[in-house]
Amino acid sequence: MGEAAARHLRTYGQIAWLWIRAAWQYPTSFVLLAVGNGLITGLDFVGLWIMFAHLRDLAGFSLHEVALLYGSASLALAVADTAIGSVERIGTYIRTGRLDQMMTKPVPLLVQVCADQFTLRRLGRLTQAAAVFGWACTYVDWTPLRVLVAVSMLVSGALVFFGLFVGFSCVQFWTTDATEIANAFTYGGATVTQYPLSIFPREVLVGLTFVIPVAFVNWYPCLYLLGRSDPFGTPDAFQFASPVAGLVTGAAALLVWRTGVRHYTSTGS
Amino acid sequence: MPSPQSVPSLIEVRDLERTFDVRRPVEGRRRRVREQVRAVHDLTFSVAAGEMVGYIGPNGAGKSTTIKMLTGILVPTGGQVRVAGLDPSRQRVDLARRIGVVFGQRSTLWWDLPLRDSFELLQKMYRIPPARYRENLDRFIDLLDLEAQLDTPVRQLSLGQRMRGDITAALLHDPEVVYLDEPTIGLDVVSKGRLREFLRALNAERGTTLLLTTHDLQDIEALCDRVIVIDHGTAVYDGSLAGLHAEGGSSRTLVVDLVDEADPIDVPGASVRRVEGPRQWLSFPTEASAAPIVAAVAAAYDVADLSIQEPDIEDVIRELYSRGG
Repeated sequence: MGEAAARHLRTYGQIAWLWIRAAWQYPTSFVLLAVGNGLITGLDFVGLWIMFAHLRDLAGFSLHEVALLYGSASLALAVADTAIGSVERIGTYIRTGRLDQMMTKPVPLLVQVCADQFTLRRLGRLTQAAAVFGWACTYVDWTPLRVLVAVSMLVSGALVFFGLFVGFSCVQFWTTDATEIANAFTYGGATVTQYPLSIFPREVLVGLTFVIPVAFVNWYPCLYLLGRSDPFGTPDAFQFASPVAGLVTGAAALLVWRTGVRHYTSTGS
Repeated sequence: MPSPQSVPSLIEVRDLERTFDVRRPVEGRRRRVREQVRAVHDLTFSVAAGEMVGYIGPNGAGKSTTIKMLTGILVPTGGQVRVAGLDPSRQRVDLARRIGVVFGQRSTLWWDLPLRDSFELLQKMYRIPPARYRENLDRFIDLLDLEAQLDTPVRQLSLGQRMRGDITAALLHDPEVVYLDEPTIGLDVVSKGRLREFLRALNAERGTTLLLTTHDLQDIEALCDRVIVIDHGTAVYDGSLAGLHAEGGSSRTLVVDLVDEADPIDVPGASVRRVEGPRQWLSFPTEASAAPIVAAVAAAYDVADLSIQEPDIEDVIRELYSRGG
């Protein structure tokens, strides 16, 4: 099992590497895309900054606290998006017959789909998110346990987004052209987590905890890093539950994926 | 020669069926009506190792549905499929190692990278032993004359070169069965000829089983000893190419140019189909010899010129379709 996983990861890397090399055939376009992407996402945070020029805090959170929330969520999203973002395109792969082609190769379909058209165009977003996160980290009062929670937060966050991307992309196995629905949950979920969730009503938090568990991407673990309790009064245990949320979302997504592929092979649509 | 039963068949298809649910708008009704369409039904055939089989039929006859079931992309709704002893849809990834698939109109090569890179990735995906990979690659690029193109980005290759690249890509892992879907589509006459020659050599040297779907009947005539014709989802003919001619009631034509106009020629074994001035068209069965008929005509009439037209396989198949439908 572990051996197979390592082999799939290696194959993923080999496919991704070819795509990077292919992109490098057009270096100018590659650099412009990455820089442009970084600038656009950079403006994103500048927007928050400007907001804080007029406000002292946002729902009780200071600028560097919001930066920690923003940076960690963006970082997790950027990692997931870079690693498996192309799964969104399965609708196109189905239409063009590329999925059929992949099905005749001795490598799991999900590995091939995720690695396909691998691009470092999100490098800009990744750098920007890392910079904001790094800056916000300098305000955290670090303890060994907080370091551990921070690391697990990033890994689990990426896993939650992986699950959301894969899970919602599978909608396309049933109806093609449903990328927008998937985006509403993945990118929508990501946008929501860039703010302190205390700005929303309680029902929203419940939804973001149990339905689309993006609250575990940054909100709960960041509360621990900042030494705060949840303003909504959820149990403190949630602050350590991100890995559970990540694993559950990831496993659920794999299940949905398998069901989707089964549906595809039995309808050929 | 061993009896058919004693040769283990590589592809075994029995009572294969595949239905699709389609929703169709019906006039006067708001909701679309669910309807079942049988894409393939009652399909039975087996292919022994080393055979070259042409799988032909009009568009929508069920050719690609069959290929999809043979490769595990589609689950049959009825009947059985076995390829190399495996159940394709359940053991798709295992089967992938043992088959090669070439879709004529869709390349699997990396557009912006040299041919070599695509091949090297395949070596890793299929885990081909390096020595075997080198040996195969050398052999194929030599046979397909791709040596000079190995380091050229695929986007700069001609259609024929790209097709040869795709075929090499499908063969590097020594597949036992290769499915070729329209392999010569869009190629010029020289490229087509070269490709057919290569496929023949592959079959002769390595005993690779080939299943060919094509609209180009010259592909079939050049390559396949056996033809399966599918129409409306089921096989309407399975046998040799010569048998296909007989089945389709095809005939050869003797074109006679007489010195002077005459009444329709009356010789045994042939009948006049058309008369145009001094020229007459006589048809006779494909399996009959032309010699006695020619001799009889020459003995009884003043002949200026003679020629024989072979039956057109397209006509034969059209005849089969019209009978089946």
